[in-house]
Amino acid sequence: MTSPLFSRTVTVFALLLAVPVLVVLGSLFSPQPELWAHLFDTVLADYVTNSLLLALGVAVLSAGIGTLTAWTVARYQFVGRSVVQWLLLLPMAIPAYIMAYSYTGLLDFAGPVQSQLRLWFGWSYGDYYFPEIRSLPGAILMLSLVLYPYVYMLARTAFRQQSGSLLEASRTLGLTPRQHFWKVALPVARPAILTGAALAMMEALADYGTVQYFGVTTFTTGIFRTWFGMGNQLGAAQLSALLCSFVLLLLYLEQWSRRKLKFYQQGQKQQEPTRQPLTGVAGVTLLLLCLLPVLLGFVLPALQLLGWASDRLDQLWSPGFIQLLINSFSLAALTAVVTASLALSFAYAKRLSGHWSLALPVRIASMGYALPGTVIAIGVMLPLAALDNSIDVWAEQQFGIRTGLLLSGTLVALVLAYTVRFMAVALHSVEAGLMQITPSMDNAARSLGESPVGVLKRVHLPLLRASVLSALLLVFVDVLKELPATLLLRPFNFNTLSVRTYELASDERLADAALPALAIVLIGLIPVILLSRALDNSNRGAT
Amino acid sequence: MKLWQKSLVAVALSAAALAQAAEVNVYSGRQEELIKPMLDKFSQETGIKVNLITGKPDELISRMQSEGRNSPADLLISTDVGRLYRAETQGLLQAVDSKVLTEAIPASLRHPEQQWFGLTMRARPVMYVPGKIKPEQLSTVEDLADPKWKGKICIRSSDNIYNQSMVAALIAQLGEEKTQAWANGFVKNFAQPPKGGDRDQIKAAAAGVCDIAIANTYYLGGMFDEAGDKAAAEAVKVFWPNQQDRGAHINISGAGVAKYAPNKTEAVKLLEYMVKPEAQSWYAEVNHEYPVVQGVKWSQRLESFGQFKADQLQLSTLGELNAKAITVMDKAGWK
Repeated sequence: MTSPLFSRTVTVFALLLAVPVLVVLGSLFSPQPELWAHLFDTVLADYVTNSLLLALGVAVLSAGIGTLTAWTVARYQFVGRSVVQWLLLLPMAIPAYIMAYSYTGLLDFAGPVQSQLRLWFGWSYGDYYFPEIRSLPGAILMLSLVLYPYVYMLARTAFRQQSGSLLEASRTLGLTPRQHFWKVALPVARPAILTGAALAMMEALADYGTVQYFGVTTFTTGIFRTWFGMGNQLGAAQLSALLCSFVLLLLYLEQWSRRKLKFYQQGQKQQEPTRQPLTGVAGVTLLLLCLLPVLLGFVLPALQLLGWASDRLDQLWSPGFIQLLINSFSLAALTAVVTASLALSFAYAKRLSGHWSLALPVRIASMGYALPGTVIAIGVMLPLAALDNSIDVWAEQQFGIRTGLLLSGTLVALVLAYTVRFMAVALHSVEAGLMQITPSMDNAARSLGESPVGVLKRVHLPLLRASVLSALLLVFVDVLKELPATLLLRPFNFNTLSVRTYELASDERLADAALPALAIVLIGLIPVILLSRALDNSNRGAT
Repeated sequence: MKLWQKSLVAVALSAAALAQAAEVNVYSGRQEELIKPMLDKFSQETGIKVNLITGKPDELISRMQSEGRNSPADLLISTDVGRLYRAETQGLLQAVDSKVLTEAIPASLRHPEQQWFGLTMRARPVMYVPGKIKPEQLSTVEDLADPKWKGKICIRSSDNIYNQSMVAALIAQLGEEKTQAWANGFVKNFAQPPKGGDRDQIKAAAAGVCDIAIANTYYLGGMFDEAGDKAAAEAVKVFWPNQQDRGAHINISGAGVAKYAPNKTEAVKLLEYMVKPEAQSWYAEVNHEYPVVQGVKWSQRLESFGQFKADQLQLSTLGELNAKAITVMDKAGWK
C-alpha cells in the first residue's frame, strides 16, 4: 500500500471508536448465572420474540415505503413531484417516542378520534373494536414512519444514479417497465435499500422510548430493567452484548447474501434518465401515494404537537430557549462534520487495503448504532473517566499536582459518544455510494499518476457528493434527536432541546414537552431542505 | 522543577482555588423545571453559585462511580429512595452531621446514619371512579388481589420504579411468599395489559376502561392544572388504603452529599435550605408533593385529596428489596 501513514492513522481512529463497544462486549467474561436463570425462566423468550418481530417488521415496512416512494419520485414526472421529494424526508425529524406520544394522544380511548366516534354512534367502552396503537404492531408502525426516510434517501440516490442507458438496454431487450423495476432497477439498487433497511432495523432494536411507552417488552426494556431495577449493570451490559452479537450476525448475513453482487455505474452518467410524465388521474394518484407517509409521519404528529404547544408559543423567544436552540444546532452540526469525515476516511481506507486489521475495528465501531444510547454512553464514559483518573494519579505522583477530570464531563466526551453512536449511519451511507464506483476508475486515475488521496479528492468526492451529504444530514438529525448520551455525558449547566423535551415528557407533561419537540422538528427541517436542494443541484450538475 | 514550571503550577492552583469559591455542584435526578427555580433562589440568598446536571438517577450514579475521587459532584438528588440506597451502598455518599436536618426530617424518611435525607413525600394511593365504586368497598392494597376486582384495575408497567417500590414495601410487610401470591392475583385483575404512564391510568379509568387506577398523587394534581386533562382528573377520587393498619405506601425524593464532594459545606447549606418551610411548600405548590417537615402548610390541591396515615416503614428497606420486587413481578407476569 502506497500510503501507510493514512492507513495507520485511520486504523488508530477506528480502534479508538471501537473501544466503547468492546467495553460492552467485555462484560460477557463475568458470568451471572443467577440473573440469567431468572431471565430465562421468566421474560427472556418475550424479549427475543418481541425484539425480532419489531426489527423485522420495521425493516420490511420501512423498506417497502422507502423503496416505493423513492422509485416513484425518481422515475415519474407528476404534479408536485419536486416538492414531494423533499417532503418525504420530513418524518425523520420527529423523535420516535414523540411520535408515540402524539399518536397515543390522537388514537387513545380518551383521545379525539375515539371520542368523536363514540359521540357520532352513541357507543361506549366495549361496544366497538378499535385497533390498539400501544401494541407491537403499533410500535412497528411508529418506528417505520420515522425510519423509512433512511431507505428512501439511499434508494432515491441509487435509482437516480442508474444511468438512462440501463433503462434503454432493458427496453431493447423487450422488458416492460414493471419487469425493468423487478429485474434490473431493484437488484441494482439492492445494496442501498438493504443498507437503509439495516439502519432502520438497528435503530428499532436500540429504541427504548417507544416500546417502553407502549408496554412492549424488548431487549432494550430488559436491559434497563436489569440495570435500573435490579441494579445489575453487568447483567445489563451482557444483555446489550447479546443484542450486539445478534446485529453482527444480521449484518454478516446481509453482506453474505450479496457476496456475488457487484454493480458499478460506468462513471459519469451519459444522460439523466428521463422521467416518465404522468398527468391527470395517474399523476394525482402518485402524488397522493407519496403524500400518505408524509401525512402520517409528519403532518398529523406535528399538528398534535402544535395543538399542545399552542398556548405556550411565547416561550419560544425566551433567552433560555434560544440557548437551547444554539446548543442543539451547534452540537449536531459539529458532530455531523466530524462523523462524516471519519466515515469517509474509514470507507476509503477499507477500499484501499481491505485488511482485517482495519475492517474489523470499523465494523465493531459501527455496531454502536444498534445499542441503546445509554449503554454506548456508558461505554464511552468508563474508559474516558479511567483515562482521566490515571492521568490524575500519574500527575500527582510525578509533579504533585492533581489534574482532575480532563475530558469527562466536557463537550469532547459528548461528541465522541455521538460519533461512536452514529458512525454506522454515516459509514453505511458513504459505503453504499463508494460501492457504485468501479475500481477500474481508481486504477485509471492511479495509472495517470494520482496519489490515493488525490483519487479520493478528485475522482471519488465529486461522485460521492450525494452520499456524503446524505451522511451529514442523517447524522445531524440523529444528533438533534439524541437523548441518552446527551443526558449522561453533558457538562454542568448545559442543556439541549431533546433533554428538555424528554424531561417534560417523562413527567407526563406532554403539553409542555410539545414546544421543544416542535423546535427539534423545525431545526431538523433546515438541513433537510438545504441538503435536498444541494442534492438536486449535484444531480443536475452531473449531466 | 524550573521556575517557569513552578509559577505555571502556582497559577493553575490558584485559578482552581478561585473557581472553587462558593460553588456547589448538583447531580439531579429531579428534572430542571422542578428544581432550578429553588436553586436560583438559594443562589440569590446565599451568593453560592449552583452548577446543575440533570438526568436519570441511575445514570448519574454511574457517572459518579466512574469519575471516582475526581468527581465534581457535591450533592446527588434522587426522585425515589431506591436510588439513594444504591448510591449509599456503592459508597458514593457520606454522612452529614446537621442538627437542622435531623430535627426537621422524621427518622423513617432519612438514612439511619444520615447518608441521605428525604426532601418530599410522594404517595401512591388508590383512585376510583365514584359512580362505579363506593369507597366502603375499598380497604387495603392486599384486597386488590381478590378475584372480585377482576378486570377492574389499571396500573402501569412493572418497569416503573414506583410500582417496584410499592411491591418492595409489600415484601417488607408480608414476606416474599405472600407478596408473590398477592401479585399473582393482582395481575389477574388488570383491565388491560399495562401501558402508558400514571396519567394514562387515570385517563383510562375516567374513560371507563377500569374502575380503579393506581397512580401517584402528583400526577393527578398535575392533570388538574392542564386544560386537556382536567375532565379526567375530576372523574376520579382518591382513596387512602391501609388506614386501619400500617398506612398508605409512600416514597420520597431526597438527596445525599457525595463522598468526594469538593464543596461539602455548601452542599450541606443547600440541603438545609431545602427543608426550610418556604422550600417545602414550594414543592407542594409547583409539583403537588407532600412536605417532609411537620407543620408546613399543604397546598389546596393536596388538602383536597384528604389527610392520610403514611406507612412508617424505614424507607431504605425499599431499596434493599427492589431487585426482589422485580423478580416477584416477573414471575406474576406483570408486564
